[in-house]
Amino acid sequence: MGLDVYLRLPAVQHALIAATLVAIISGLIGPFVVTRRAAFAVHGVSELSFTGAVAGLVWANNAVLGALLGSLVVATGIGLLGVRESERDAAIGVTLAFGLGVGVFLLSRYHASARAAQNILFGQIFGVSNGQLVLLLAVAGAVLLAILVLYRPLLFASVDPEVAEARGVPVKLVGLVFLFVLAVTVTEAAQIVGTLLVLSLAITPAAAAHRLSVRPAVVAGLSVLFALLASDGGLLVSLTGLNSTNVPASAFITAISFAVYLLARLLGPRLVRRRKVRA
Amino acid sequence: MAETATVRLRNAALRFGDRELWGGLDLDVAPGEFLAVLGPNGSGKTSLVKVLLGLQRLSSGTVEVCGRTPQRGSTHVGYVPQQKSFDRDVALRGRDLVRLGLDGHRWGIGLPSRTARQRVDQAISAVGADSYADAPLGKLSGGEQQRLRIAQALLGDPSVLLCDEPLLSLDLHHQQATSALIDERRRATGTSVLFVTHDINPILPMVDRVLYLAGTKWAIGTPDEVMTSERLSELYGTQVDVLRVRGRIVVIGAPDAAHGDLDGSHHHHPVDDDHDHDHDSSTAGPHSWV
Repeated sequence: MGLDVYLRLPAVQHALIAATLVAIISGLIGPFVVTRRAAFAVHGVSELSFTGAVAGLVWANNAVLGALLGSLVVATGIGLLGVRESERDAAIGVTLAFGLGVGVFLLSRYHASARAAQNILFGQIFGVSNGQLVLLLAVAGAVLLAILVLYRPLLFASVDPEVAEARGVPVKLVGLVFLFVLAVTVTEAAQIVGTLLVLSLAITPAAAAHRLSVRPAVVAGLSVLFALLASDGGLLVSLTGLNSTNVPASAFITAISFAVYLLARLLGPRLVRRRKVRA
Repeated sequence: MAETATVRLRNAALRFGDRELWGGLDLDVAPGEFLAVLGPNGSGKTSLVKVLLGLQRLSSGTVEVCGRTPQRGSTHVGYVPQQKSFDRDVALRGRDLVRLGLDGHRWGIGLPSRTARQRVDQAISAVGADSYADAPLGKLSGGEQQRLRIAQALLGDPSVLLCDEPLLSLDLHHQQATSALIDERRRATGTSVLFVTHDINPILPMVDRVLYLAGTKWAIGTPDEVMTSERLSELYGTQVDVLRVRGRIVVIGAPDAAHGDLDGSHHHHPVDDDHDHDHDSSTAGPHSWV
């Protein structure tokens, strides 16, 4: 089948819409994750959304709902345990280890489908139902709105927390809300690329963008662009003849994402240095 | 003077648990006055700044800034924090940092605005930072970053400028340039300056009065009144010698008032920054100001 034939299939259309939505919100939160050095928090939340997803499968046969609830619980936990920055990584590590253990336990009690568990870990983009798409749309809308509202105080609190607090930014509250937004975004991204590969959409595009510009708005724009390129691009590549052995789309998504990052690292120093000389 | 004081403290005290940082503090700062706040680590200098920013409540007594109880985010107050370099890779230009001082605390993304841009440009020009305002913030020197922080703090045309060790880790040239900038500004616009520092020498020519905090005691007056052996010995309760050497003030024998205790004023810096500086004199005590 050619690509044009695939594109007429509802399953493929759903997948493309989902991949686009996830890329937009992941690309938007990415720069904040990089600036706040929260990559480990992203990893922690996504790994633990696995536990939530398995719990969801076991008790309600609904992995997404479980993952969503699980990641919110985890975000709250990280927010409460890791109040001080120096404690944060340790708090995430502790929660992560325990949570994954629970996930393994739950998985051993779930015999319905080994495939389902694998999909949680590595992503299954083509199984997006109408209901899931509606949920994804609602969640993406909420995340988008939250980031737009939080944008300036979050930026201020991320780069210069002391002055931000003095200027009246509720730094702790903003940090906690960001953690929730992050948790929800990560859960959504996990549906596309799997919990193990979330970083390829939530960090890599933003890290590449950081190499190319120091203007906050440009960084945000590039980050979303790179996330879209990886997400939709990886999905489309997985449908073409290049993919004769049915490799999951997430493999291509991470590959494109990484390639963009490598390119940005190669080109970035020149771009940014030149700009400084001119200034 | 008391009628128009920009900062007014009456019988103010600050305690953390059963440890008193300072008590019975009365202070009036006049418009355009340059007040140096001195004292050893743990004497509550930074906490005083936090009180004036509305981030810390007094244990007792009253405080007013421009006639009102301090509130977080007040436009009457500008704040220049301890000099601390930004990440080399932070995705911000110099002008973006200054802009945050204008509307970084507002919700929403903030649309481009000509007025805002002009105000940011003016603030940048006023501190002479035009040539590097568009460069990556993380790649600027400490002195350049500090100039931009001052531009950010002065953007709202505050009545009071609070500076918490703004010269820390700057070289001598940048120390002079930074303090001269603050001095010019307060003379031009009548902004009161509260300048927290462990070393009075870089700002000695411009200081009107000194507030010296030590133990739970304090002294206030001109540098000539406060920076004397008698006065500081009395504050510290031990023999302290104040020498004038070639226009500089050298304090010898002042003990560390922190008693190894945790000081509420240094949450973000549990490690004592001051130990890194001014240890060029072998005769000086651990906390002398050379």
